[in-house]
Amino acid sequence: MSIAKPLPHDAARLHVTGTARYTDDIPTPTGTLHLAFGTSTHAAGTITALNLDPVRNAPGVIDVLTDTDLPHDCDVSPSNHDEPLLAKTSVHHVGQPVFLVIATSHLAARRAANLAEVNITEARPILTIEDALAANSRFEDGPRIYQKGDTETALSAATHRLSGRIAMGGQEHFYLEGQAALVLPLEGGDMLVHSSTQHPTEIQHKVAHAIGKPMHAVRVETRRMGGGFGGKESQGNALAVACAVAAARTQRPCKMRYDRDDDMIITGKRHDFRIDYTVGFDPDGRITALDLTHYTRCGWAQDLSLPVADRAMLHADNAYHLTDIRITSHRLKTNMQSATAFRGFGGPQGVVGIEKIMDHVAQHLSLDPLSVRRRNYYADLIADVETPATAPVAPPSNTDADNASRGADKPHPMALPSAPDGLQTTPYNQPVTDCIINALTDQLATGCDYEGRRRSIAAWNAENPILKRGIALTPVKFGISFTLTHLNQAGALVHVYQDGSIHLNHGGTEMGQGLFQKIAQVAASRFGVPVDAIKITATDTAKVPNTSATAASSGTDLNGMAVQNACDEIRARIEAHLGEKFKTKDITFVDGMVKVGAETLTFAQAAASAYENRISLSATGFYKTPDIQWDRIAGKGRPFFYFAYGAACTEVVIDTLTGENRILRTDILHDAGASLNPALDIGQIEGGYVQGAGWLTTEELVWDDLGQLKTHAPSTYKIPACSDRPDIFNVALWDKPNPAQTIYRSKAVGEPPFMLGIAAFMALADAVSACGSTYGDLQAPATAEEVLAAIGRARA
Amino acid sequence: MDITFSLNGNPVSLTDVSPTITLLDWLREERHLTGTKEGCNEGDCGACTVMISDADGSRALNGCILFLPQVNGKHVTTVEGLAAPDGALHPAQTAMIDHHGSQCGFCTPGFVVSMATAHLNGSADHDTQLAGNLCRCTGYAPIIRAAEAITDQPVPDHLLFLASNTEAPQPAQTLPLDSTLVQPRSADALATWYAANPDATLIAGATDVGLWVTKQFRDLGKVAFLNQCSDLRGITETDHEIRIGAMTTLSDLETAIAPHHPSFAAMIRRYASVQVRNAATIGGNIANGSPIGDGPPALIALGATLHLRQGDRRRALVIEDYFIDYGKQDRSPGEFVEAITLPKQPDTLRCYKLSKRFDQDISAVCACLSITRDGDTIAAARLAYGGMAGIPKRASTAEAALIGKAFTEATIRESMGAMVQDFQPLSDMRASAGYRLQTAQNMLLRYLHDAQGTATNVLEVAP
Repeated sequence: MSIAKPLPHDAARLHVTGTARYTDDIPTPTGTLHLAFGTSTHAAGTITALNLDPVRNAPGVIDVLTDTDLPHDCDVSPSNHDEPLLAKTSVHHVGQPVFLVIATSHLAARRAANLAEVNITEARPILTIEDALAANSRFEDGPRIYQKGDTETALSAATHRLSGRIAMGGQEHFYLEGQAALVLPLEGGDMLVHSSTQHPTEIQHKVAHAIGKPMHAVRVETRRMGGGFGGKESQGNALAVACAVAAARTQRPCKMRYDRDDDMIITGKRHDFRIDYTVGFDPDGRITALDLTHYTRCGWAQDLSLPVADRAMLHADNAYHLTDIRITSHRLKTNMQSATAFRGFGGPQGVVGIEKIMDHVAQHLSLDPLSVRRRNYYADLIADVETPATAPVAPPSNTDADNASRGADKPHPMALPSAPDGLQTTPYNQPVTDCIINALTDQLATGCDYEGRRRSIAAWNAENPILKRGIALTPVKFGISFTLTHLNQAGALVHVYQDGSIHLNHGGTEMGQGLFQKIAQVAASRFGVPVDAIKITATDTAKVPNTSATAASSGTDLNGMAVQNACDEIRARIEAHLGEKFKTKDITFVDGMVKVGAETLTFAQAAASAYENRISLSATGFYKTPDIQWDRIAGKGRPFFYFAYGAACTEVVIDTLTGENRILRTDILHDAGASLNPALDIGQIEGGYVQGAGWLTTEELVWDDLGQLKTHAPSTYKIPACSDRPDIFNVALWDKPNPAQTIYRSKAVGEPPFMLGIAAFMALADAVSACGSTYGDLQAPATAEEVLAAIGRARA
Repeated sequence: MDITFSLNGNPVSLTDVSPTITLLDWLREERHLTGTKEGCNEGDCGACTVMISDADGSRALNGCILFLPQVNGKHVTTVEGLAAPDGALHPAQTAMIDHHGSQCGFCTPGFVVSMATAHLNGSADHDTQLAGNLCRCTGYAPIIRAAEAITDQPVPDHLLFLASNTEAPQPAQTLPLDSTLVQPRSADALATWYAANPDATLIAGATDVGLWVTKQFRDLGKVAFLNQCSDLRGITETDHEIRIGAMTTLSDLETAIAPHHPSFAAMIRRYASVQVRNAATIGGNIANGSPIGDGPPALIALGATLHLRQGDRRRALVIEDYFIDYGKQDRSPGEFVEAITLPKQPDTLRCYKLSKRFDQDISAVCACLSITRDGDTIAAARLAYGGMAGIPKRASTAEAALIGKAFTEATIRESMGAMVQDFQPLSDMRASAGYRLQTAQNMLLRYLHDAQGTATNVLEVAP
């Protein structure tokens, strides 16, 4: 069995030799044209004049298109139909595409795009939370509110009350491969699209609309992305649509890739949040009441902001059992890039909120923050709870709707079951029946000597006047499933050839996470063959249709099951054939062989035998996640199939003269269920941690008063570099089977580890607290400047 | 212009090369060698890293801001050239597979080339060697494990010639004065041509000019590539003086200055990345007059002299006098930086570079402080700062507050207070004005604590 083996990434050899092909590496036919957008230099206003002659006359330019040149509705929104490919009369953020240059080279297109004379009558842009609230500039009619218990009464009854605020910045994805698409016009106006996308079906849907054809006229292929992190769930739409429109117009292949600065100026980022809180608690730090208000700047278009803001609310509890809680969420419309999906999809922002509150409560009571966290944990519990049957969902009223997108606005289930009595439930009424956070925390805290190190850090701090250390151990509980329930489905297509080699295809996309290898391991295990008998192939909308985005950490859970089902279908056919041929029911597939009673065949012989007997060796597989349903308006239901858990302990040192800081050591224990591939899972955890720590420390997005993003290149936007990883970095897997019936009882591992990085932020807060007796109230990102400011507050 | 070089062991001759086509674009678009990636097109991510070799050895450079004429006469090794002719992978490639060092794989070719170059050079300071390669997937841990795993392995035979490469000395050269694109081989040839073409763009390492082309689409006009002016490169020492040629790279300066001023060398280690330091020159760092370059504050604090040349006319000036105002330097058309000299002196210099990220980040504040004591009394002070004004600048009021005083916290705090007279810094995306001033002041306090043996450097704290 190749399951659970720490095999390398399937493309590792191609990566290291430079032969792995990304979209921009695909050899292009002679005559391929290259595109670039000309973009708005203003955050808000009306286009009054547009002189494109200098662009048209620039060397290499074939054509220049504006909105009026587009033959069909070219919307590129994944949700609300509010993102025209090219601005119509008004502009809504700096960097919004206004016109499209078609040229003979990438450089010629970029150069020419710079030459337009655009006159824009400026309007006052809405940039800040305060601006947006004052103008009531928002998505949805008013704030969303989820609540459980009676927050008002519980707050007034609380022994202690605190109010505070945590602001946290957004985050640029900084996938190393920028957005890219290549479109080849086919006969009859059909299109073949190569796209660096997490969501080929979405690309197919948007391109089909843009060229006025049914989806069957568009085939989208994605072999791999050079990183996605959510940034390629919807942000690739514009490039693919632009290429398709240009290809239809010129009848030549068209390619578009964003230069890094353009990519950062045009595309959306993680949503920044501000969370205001009033918390009631007892003298031991147990939270008895909590009132939270989320504010998020969604940018100019809706994109995926509603489900992102929902998921932030759904993670407001993190690993803590809260009885009386109200969460109010404002989704604000601002004149900035349209914020989008990013690993965690709002979850991390919700978790940072409650972790800040734990820290604040602990400081207020002079308690160790870990002891406060533990007192508020959900109880460990593994229970089988019978879940009522899923209620039917009314059919959509509009077949043009973007149903494959997380941004789709769906009707709600007719009736939602209530949680069985006596079970601990989340603020949205889902029973928590798979909790392991207490045992996991115990094991991590003991293993990394949290208590002993806390004492030695206190002693060290007493001796060091300039430098101070801090330590924090923080938990993660993350809900697994798309909250838009119907997206929790997947398809697969498996062929066994007569020589025993196997062609594998499914709806998931590979962005570095190792999905393809994990699923190849599943397929290999089902047939009892080595993993190199499996040919991993590019995601292709012509092979598996109606796919969901590879997002929400769901890639392996959904596609792994679909592939298993397809493989088992073929295996059953081979078994039936061999059973009949050899008159036995004793058939096993192992080590590349098929044992049939006393006979042993190679898998290839078994396949050939089936072929010769006219047995179909091709099958599709399908899977849908059971037992989930969710009403996002009511804020009630069971949106998640299960929870993934983890915890991280981080030690840092800060310089009280400048706020400079460094992570010294990190220990992680993370729950990947029964890991399908421990090496790949540990890779996700290490990478997620560093990316999460980067979000909360050095990664700072800065817009000026005019709405210009000032940090639009790696020279000014600082993701972690090599030396920013912890000096000591211990990562271990919890490695116990998932109680939920997932593929080989593994757990999703893409997003949850991102939130382990919050330990770094809380360790910085702990170091700040060693500088003075007032609450330092550290905000995120905790740049050196912010750390120094917090030290100042702590000493005030 | 016409150039020749070798690409993965094969000779290449090109005629009529545009001065501003980058090696990266040429590799990808002309040669279809797509292993070398474009990640940022400004030298900050390392996805385009290539190995360039000549008589001075092999070094990693960013192909995205390396113009083709800069590789004239050199060996270029890309990721496609690392495996042996029989297909055997380079140890760095094997280790990256075995240690799960690639996820999305897009940064991987750049990492592998950086690792192979460090391996060839016997460099095992992996955090430094790989600081110029960004990875967004792995969190770096497995990449470092891979780098550590190959330290003791031999260099593959097919790359050995790169480590022992020699180049014939270049003959003297007279440049046609009406050429609009030249690559002089001596300072004399450059001086004559530049005096006749004072509006030309000089390209030293192209780590700044590269971005004028890739990001700003500027027309450079007449161009001289200086990288073959070998007499402008290198460091010589006398009993009293250290002379640094303008074309000395930051990498070479780091090595040479370390025995004299280790804190300066430690700051250079944090100046950009290996790839950039291997290209960027100290002359370029000064000449372009940036208020946030890290070289000038250190040189000011060391009392350096700048040597300028125009044709046959040479002049010397105290380096801080070169910086007149933001965007304005004391340099005439056709005049270029020939060298910098430093007086030999006891080492009292401490360089404090403050940036959002430790490695490969432009300073918000760069303080280069030198306080000389006569017994317990401060005899002299040179407090030079970058990032605090439109030019690199001394804090003269703060300096005056120190002279003749005892080296105590009280004196330092007085000087810190005086510093508000010296600087009115700006707020920008790197830091606010208030933070800049506060930390500029606090760095004086750090200097005192540092001198008194108190731990002040987070980089020196062991886990």
